[in-house]
Amino acid sequence: MQAHGFVHQYGDNVDTDVIIPARYLNTASRQELAAHCMEDIDSGFTARVRPGDIIVARRNFGCGSSREHAPIAIRESGISCVIASTFARIFYRNAINIGLPILECPAAAGEIAAGDELQIDFDTGEILNLTTGKHYQSQPFPPFIQNIMQKGGLMGSLASR
Amino acid sequence: MGMTMTQKILAAHAGLDAVQPGQLIEAKLDLVLGNDITSPVAIDEFTKAGADSVFDRDKIALVLDHFVPNKDIKSAEQCRQVRDFAKAHAITHFFDVGRMGIEHALLPEQGLVIPGDCIIGADSHTCTYGALGAFSTGVGSTDMAAAMITGKAWFKVPSAIRVTLTGSLPRYVSGKDVILHLIGRIGVDGALYQSLEFTGRGARSLSVDDRLCIANMAIEAGAKNGIFPVDSKTICYCAGRSERMPAVYEADADADYTAEIEIDLSALRPTVSFPHLPENARTIDEAKGIKIDQAVIGSCTNGRLSDLREAAKILRGHKVAEGVRCIIIPATQEIYLQAVREGLVETFVEAGAAVSTPTCGPCLGGYMGILGRGERAVSTTNRNFVGRMGHVESEVYLASPAVAAASAVAGELCDPADIAG
Repeated sequence: MQAHGFVHQYGDNVDTDVIIPARYLNTASRQELAAHCMEDIDSGFTARVRPGDIIVARRNFGCGSSREHAPIAIRESGISCVIASTFARIFYRNAINIGLPILECPAAAGEIAAGDELQIDFDTGEILNLTTGKHYQSQPFPPFIQNIMQKGGLMGSLASR
Repeated sequence: MGMTMTQKILAAHAGLDAVQPGQLIEAKLDLVLGNDITSPVAIDEFTKAGADSVFDRDKIALVLDHFVPNKDIKSAEQCRQVRDFAKAHAITHFFDVGRMGIEHALLPEQGLVIPGDCIIGADSHTCTYGALGAFSTGVGSTDMAAAMITGKAWFKVPSAIRVTLTGSLPRYVSGKDVILHLIGRIGVDGALYQSLEFTGRGARSLSVDDRLCIANMAIEAGAKNGIFPVDSKTICYCAGRSERMPAVYEADADADYTAEIEIDLSALRPTVSFPHLPENARTIDEAKGIKIDQAVIGSCTNGRLSDLREAAKILRGHKVAEGVRCIIIPATQEIYLQAVREGLVETFVEAGAAVSTPTCGPCLGGYMGILGRGERAVSTTNRNFVGRMGHVESEVYLASPAVAAASAVAGELCDPADIAG
């Protein structure tokens, strides 16, 4: 699995309330959720984002509410991967369960800048910054998680049992 | 190496003699919870997976609490979907308007949680039940859907931070102040992926309601769960509510902790978390005088009877300040009824507060108390993120019921002792 796209950059503690505000949680429509993605932290996001783009953030990305609507909104916006120094644990689980690729990589999260072009190989965990030429190595998912991701999420992996 | 309380509960539910931090396990669940926001997504996944039955209709709790009574047509449709699912699968513990309560106040009250249980809920504050010596943690809707089918969930066994509580709480200082103080010390990711295990004589001195409030906000430090040892108060609380036998687990003396924190309860002051993170904790002495537009008393954190009694003690004989909206939300129907019987509701209405049916409404900016541009609230809820209670330029200050009530009277953040003496 690979990803390739341009970077949208955020700081520490991006919470699920700013990823998708609760005022939009009266629907589970993926398109409607995507239409309001990042609205309270970056109102220009939905106009700017292109398919394949990558979110890069610092510590504790996705903290707060357990709403799966948050990774769903990000994935439906066209984001191909979220890289962060650390993820909040429920967001981490939810991203895996719905098949949104995420990578923990403090070095990459600390250096990559908004607008940089990245190439990611999920099998090896390698992140290449095409803009600066720098390589970063993140920990690839353990086989247990890779299986869930390859089956398109938890429900797919359950169905294949 | 010994095990923590959390590790022992997980090992027992995975059918293992021992587990280690970092180990991936599959555990049997005693209860699977969802609400009107997260269940619709779970039900869609359940249907997509082709499932035609739930693993155990007695071990699923569906609580309509976030946007009910229905705030708009879309919310009504979401509730209808959950209601139809509950009916189709004859879900025993389905709670609708008139019988419902805010999930994390309701489930312990209804005896659906006992010591030693292993519980997941599609709501981040599911960690509340650690107060009763259970392992419980928040998950997303897909985990909930899978658990409704299989009765199991996968976990990475967490390491733990031990929080030793000493002393006892001074007047007008509550469980809320303990947890805000702790989050202030370790930060919103201070316990990321870990358990917060509370212990010590101070832990035993706390009421069950205070423990529920503290465990409830473990997630605000990033924790997987927060847990208290089981004692006579726990057993007494559960006794009249559940006929199931509690399983009492104790941490081994040689259990490993990644960090040790000590909190002297006697030294704590009423504590307020400033916008826009729960870790921005300061004492009331550093917060006094900040003007407010709204005070909210309620939520899964602080909508229990003891919280309402504390608020009433301060509001009795006083009026909510001119220009301040005070909204009080008993967390369950049982609490509401008791508040009526004890005259608490009368006190609130006489003081000029609005009293609502149970709902999560304002806590997450759903309805029943949305803030406008530039408005400021003191709230007994659990999060003060940007836009959490409404407009992206509004502000939420987290505090205890005593501080929120005193501030409602003063019109600004206020020490309860300054109002009630």
